[in-house]
Amino acid sequence: MADRRIIYMDHSATTCVRPEVMEAMAPYHAENFGNPSSLYSIARNSRNAVETARAQVAAALGASPDEIYFTSGGSESDNWAIKGIAFANRKKGDHIITTKIEHHAVLHTCYYLEKQGFSVTYLPVDQHGLVNPADLETAITDRTILISVMFANNEIGTIEPVAELGAIAKKHKIPFHTDAVQAIGNVQIDVNAQNIDLLSLSAHKFSGPKGVGALYIRKGTKIDNLIHGGGQERRRRAGTENIAGIAGLGKAIEMATSDIEAHNRKIRLLRDRLLDGILKTIPYSHLNGHKEKRLPGNINISFEFIEGESILLWLDDAGICASTGSACTSGSLEPSHVLLATGLPAGISHGSLRLTLGEVNTDADVDFVLEVLPDVVSRLRKMSPLWKGEKGSGA
Amino acid sequence: MYSDKVMDHFKNPRNVGEIENADGVGEVGNPVCGDIMNISIKVENNIITDAKFKTFGCGAAIASSSMATELVTGKTLEQAWDLSNKAVVEALNGLPPQKVHCSVLAEEGIHKAINDYRRKQGLEPWVEKNLPAHDHEEMTCGT
Repeated sequence: MADRRIIYMDHSATTCVRPEVMEAMAPYHAENFGNPSSLYSIARNSRNAVETARAQVAAALGASPDEIYFTSGGSESDNWAIKGIAFANRKKGDHIITTKIEHHAVLHTCYYLEKQGFSVTYLPVDQHGLVNPADLETAITDRTILISVMFANNEIGTIEPVAELGAIAKKHKIPFHTDAVQAIGNVQIDVNAQNIDLLSLSAHKFSGPKGVGALYIRKGTKIDNLIHGGGQERRRRAGTENIAGIAGLGKAIEMATSDIEAHNRKIRLLRDRLLDGILKTIPYSHLNGHKEKRLPGNINISFEFIEGESILLWLDDAGICASTGSACTSGSLEPSHVLLATGLPAGISHGSLRLTLGEVNTDADVDFVLEVLPDVVSRLRKMSPLWKGEKGSGA
Repeated sequence: MYSDKVMDHFKNPRNVGEIENADGVGEVGNPVCGDIMNISIKVENNIITDAKFKTFGCGAAIASSSMATELVTGKTLEQAWDLSNKAVVEALNGLPPQKVHCSVLAEEGIHKAINDYRRKQGLEPWVEKNLPAHDHEEMTCGT
């Protein structure tokens, strides 16, 4: 398999670390290995690396550096934001509002809090995956202590009206958290203009390393710690800092947000050609998510009469990396909670394919997928008992 | 995650299709659970002379149907009825635990096709020993 060409179209799952990021991380493994909490000079270098990265993250979000806290990734940031706010404000209230389409790091944290006595409202979404701000307004009670709505959905790529939702939260003086793991580098973020009080991010989604992320916490926000221990991160998050990871995160976010417009133009052009090509050549295929309000690299399509895992196996055979909302890859038999929330029937949700493009993709990649995919779909349809031929098919 | 045998039967499925004028047909599963198998058989002198399948489902579902049709061809109806999902899993050199239900579905599909044949012959259908993999009445998905 040495010469096998790999076409990576799963950038929402993770990304390849940029060489510049690896370079930024390199000095902090063996050379500058000092513990930033120590006094000697090699430790000072480590401390400087952390503070440089903090400034880089702050600049990317329009925040102040002392509002940025490094974590082990998106899941920890989401857990910290939600549990930290919930437990710190328990005397004020016990109601949390989120949505049905959140990442499991948010959803499962909310399920846990329900077991701890909190009540949670899961806002619905429309067929494109959009939250209706009026629904948020209606859901707020005098017991509401937190609102958490993701910036952009990881499966269908829908970009939520975060600024508007944040304004509603602000009006009611309720902290507003957003899981922006998929949004960084794809959407302009300004925590002040968009009324965001807490924001989760993860380095490996924007060409940084795995295992490192950050939580933005607006100054004055009442929040408990999640990780207790030493006095790192201004006594908010214990544990010796992942210096190399943090340095990599800083460099990666700086590069990812330096020219979002140019990045989007390039990726969207490739994405739209691929999307149009698929919809044109493959009958009974439907785009999931919103046509315009979607992440530039995201394609999520349902192919009727076939199942997603078998599509992925054939694509993998051709060297194409993609993902699906079908249950069959997850171990449960329920298809994607996001697709179901948009009202897509379960049978069709099983036949969904997610292709997420990134900087590494080329026109040749798009051509290759357009060459391979129609054959894969038609091969699987021919062996599907639901397929009655192009004219006679009805689900 | 799949054995080479599963991948072989997924990529080169044996016996795909529907037998015209089949002597028995069984369709099991439902789209909500993400897998449907349609199995048709030809029977001569109590022996399954041909078996074909059409499957909507994952790699394991397609491989299980392919293997099951291969295993029952040439068998008597009694032998085919006794073919368990375990035999399908073994012949495929194993399935991941969460995919074992695909082999159960294949067993059910074969049973349903055999009973369809028996009914057409005016014979009593044989009784299933095990619970079905999917509860069709309530449209819930089980393992």
